[in-house]
Parts: sequence; C-alpha cells; structure tokens
Amino acid sequence: MKDPRLSVIEKRLKNIGKIIAVSGGKGGIGKSVTSSLLSLALSKKGYNVGLLDLDLTSPSDHVVLGIKDVAPTEKEGIIPPTVNGVQFMSVVFYTNEDPTPLRGEEVSNAIKEILCITRWNNLDFLIIDMPPGIGDELFDTIELFQGAEFLLLSTSSKIVFETVKKLLLLLQELNVPILGIVENMKHYDNGYIKNMCKKHHAPFLGEIWFDKNFENAVGNINKIMDTQLFKDIDGVAENIV
Amino acid sequence: MHEWALADAVIQTAVEVAQRESLKKITSIKMSLGELQEIEREFFDTALNELMKTHGDLFSKTKINIKTIKTRFKCRACGHQWKLSDTEKTLDEETRESIHFIPEVAHVFIRCPKCKSPDFDIVEGRGIGIDSIVGEK
Repeated sequence: MKDPRLSVIEKRLKNIGKIIAVSGGKGGIGKSVTSSLLSLALSKKGYNVGLLDLDLTSPSDHVVLGIKDVAPTEKEGIIPPTVNGVQFMSVVFYTNEDPTPLRGEEVSNAIKEILCITRWNNLDFLIIDMPPGIGDELFDTIELFQGAEFLLLSTSSKIVFETVKKLLLLLQELNVPILGIVENMKHYDNGYIKNMCKKHHAPFLGEIWFDKNFENAVGNINKIMDTQLFKDIDGVAENIV
Repeated sequence: MHEWALADAVIQTAVEVAQRESLKKITSIKMSLGELQEIEREFFDTALNELMKTHGDLFSKTKINIKTIKTRFKCRACGHQWKLSDTEKTLDEETRESIHFIPEVAHVFIRCPKCKSPDFDIVEGRGIGIDSIVGEK
C-alpha cells in the first residue's frame, strides 16, 4: 500500500506561501550560507519565514546562524523552534552533530519522515537548503514540495556553471519552476553568468560578492547583518519579494 | 506526542482510499509499526480514535489491527544480521528519542556488532506501514 506519510505532507505544507529550494548541483558554492542569510533577510523585511536544512548528511545552517540550545517541541507532531525570527528545522536536532552516513533510500525515508511530522507555522516563505547533487534529494524535493521554485547558485566560473547548467536543463525538462540564478562568491566581473542566464532563459536574480570578512561573523547574527555578504543577499531577497 | 502526526497520516490515507473507491464506511485497517520507531501505543491509539471521530460515520465500524514488527538489520560491509535487542542496551534514552523521531538516525548511533560498520540496512521493523484498508460501498 501507499506510504501513509505521503498522504499528509501536502497538508503540512498548505500554510506556506512560497517554497524556495536553494540548489546548484555542486558542493561548496554557498548554498547553506545563502539559504540561511536569505531566510534572515526575508524575516527582517517582516515576512514569516521557515528554513529547512535538507542536507541530511552534512547540515550546517545551524552553524551559520549560531543556532544552539534549542529543540523542536512536540504537539501533534513536532514544531520547529523559531530563532531570530526564522522557524528552523534540521536533522541536526537528532544527530548530536555526529556523522550521519545515509544511503539514498534512507535519505528519502528521512525526508518523508521529517515532512510528515513537522508542523510549520503560517509562513510566507520556506527556504530549503538543498544538498549537492542531482539525485534522490532533488527528486524527492520535486515530488514532495509541489510548486517549489528553485533558486540556483553558481560562481562566476565556467567550470561551476557547467554543473549548474545540467541542473538547470534538467529542471526545465521537468517543467519545475525556476526562480532564477544567483552569481555567488563573485571575485571579478566577467558577465559570464548573466550571459548564460540569457542564453538558457533563466532570470538573473543578483550577485553576491566574495566577502573575506564573513568567516569572522559566522554564528553571530548581529555581525552577520553588518557584512557586505548579507547586504548582497538582502538585494537578492528584494528581487524575490 | 508526534504519534498524532503519524496517526493523522494513517487516517488521511484511509480517507483517500474511501474517496477513490467510493466507500461509505471503512471497516478494517491493518497496519504495522516498526519496533525501531518505538511508537507509544497509548498515544497512537488515542490519536487514531480522536481523528476517526472527525470524519462523521466513515470510521464508525472500523476495526484497526496493528502488529509490531521486530527490527532486523543487515550489515552491507560484512553481511552480518542482527536484531535491535542485540544493540539497544548501548542506546541511552536521548538516543532512542532521536531514533523515535527519525529512524534513519539509527545510522548515527548503531554500528554492526561484528565489524563496526555504519553501513547497514534496516531490513524490516523501521516505522509505520499500512498493509490493507477495507471498506463497504
């Protein structure tokens, strides 16, 4: 018979306005930082925002935002804690930050379990920090988060965009909504990503310059909000709302 | 009490079956609970009963049969098979609570008793499953 958890996932997500999956196909292109700061930026604009770290084997949004000493509460499911205005859910609440070695089917099972039992507030935005790769998590996200829009990250590098392009083409083939592409960790202005957006009919959502001072702000919201990186992501948030 | 959310999933599935098959009454739900998830039966049964009441007469004749499936693991590295009871004494209450919410985090806390690998399958007894839903038109 049908997995019963699938019957309630739509219900659990029905009070969410827009779901944005932050992806890019590759690891190390800033998905966690962008997802976390985008959530924060939208929240500071007055929106109700949730952040779901779906990188089950390597969750790190809690490190970016300095989230600790909080946990979900139980009430007819689990209710994620709200920290700095963002309702936050991550597998890290259940793993003690220990290594979490999961194969593909187990990742899918864990995602379904999280979506089945998590009760979000009424949200204007749910930001999903996607894991790298074009595999189980991507297909689960497309299947389980009906209507989710993808925000793709790329650096200015042709090498990185080569992977991002594969994800973009796949999403376009599957008719999945694409919010647009953000050029991240920008060091120089070569116009390459903007040109690629035009070529592949994807909106260009903005650019985030590499900020060498950001590392010192990690985990501290007040310091984060003073960084140029946050201001750049705030600009991306303006383009989204 | 996250048992409520899982009971909600079972009842919602039965409602979908009733709508799809044009059933006026659900007469039987047969389901299984995996030992690994350690569902608190009293909470779960209460939630099922409360949720069934919210659907008029649809569940007025429903008999629910729940069986518990013992958990069995198989190591992908050495092929060794073992039961939850072989390793559960190494799991403290907080760990069991974590597995209760998301059974896959067993891979964080459990290792193959023979070769210590974290790469194992939960062969059976993971979580909630529905075997059959029967009704009348």
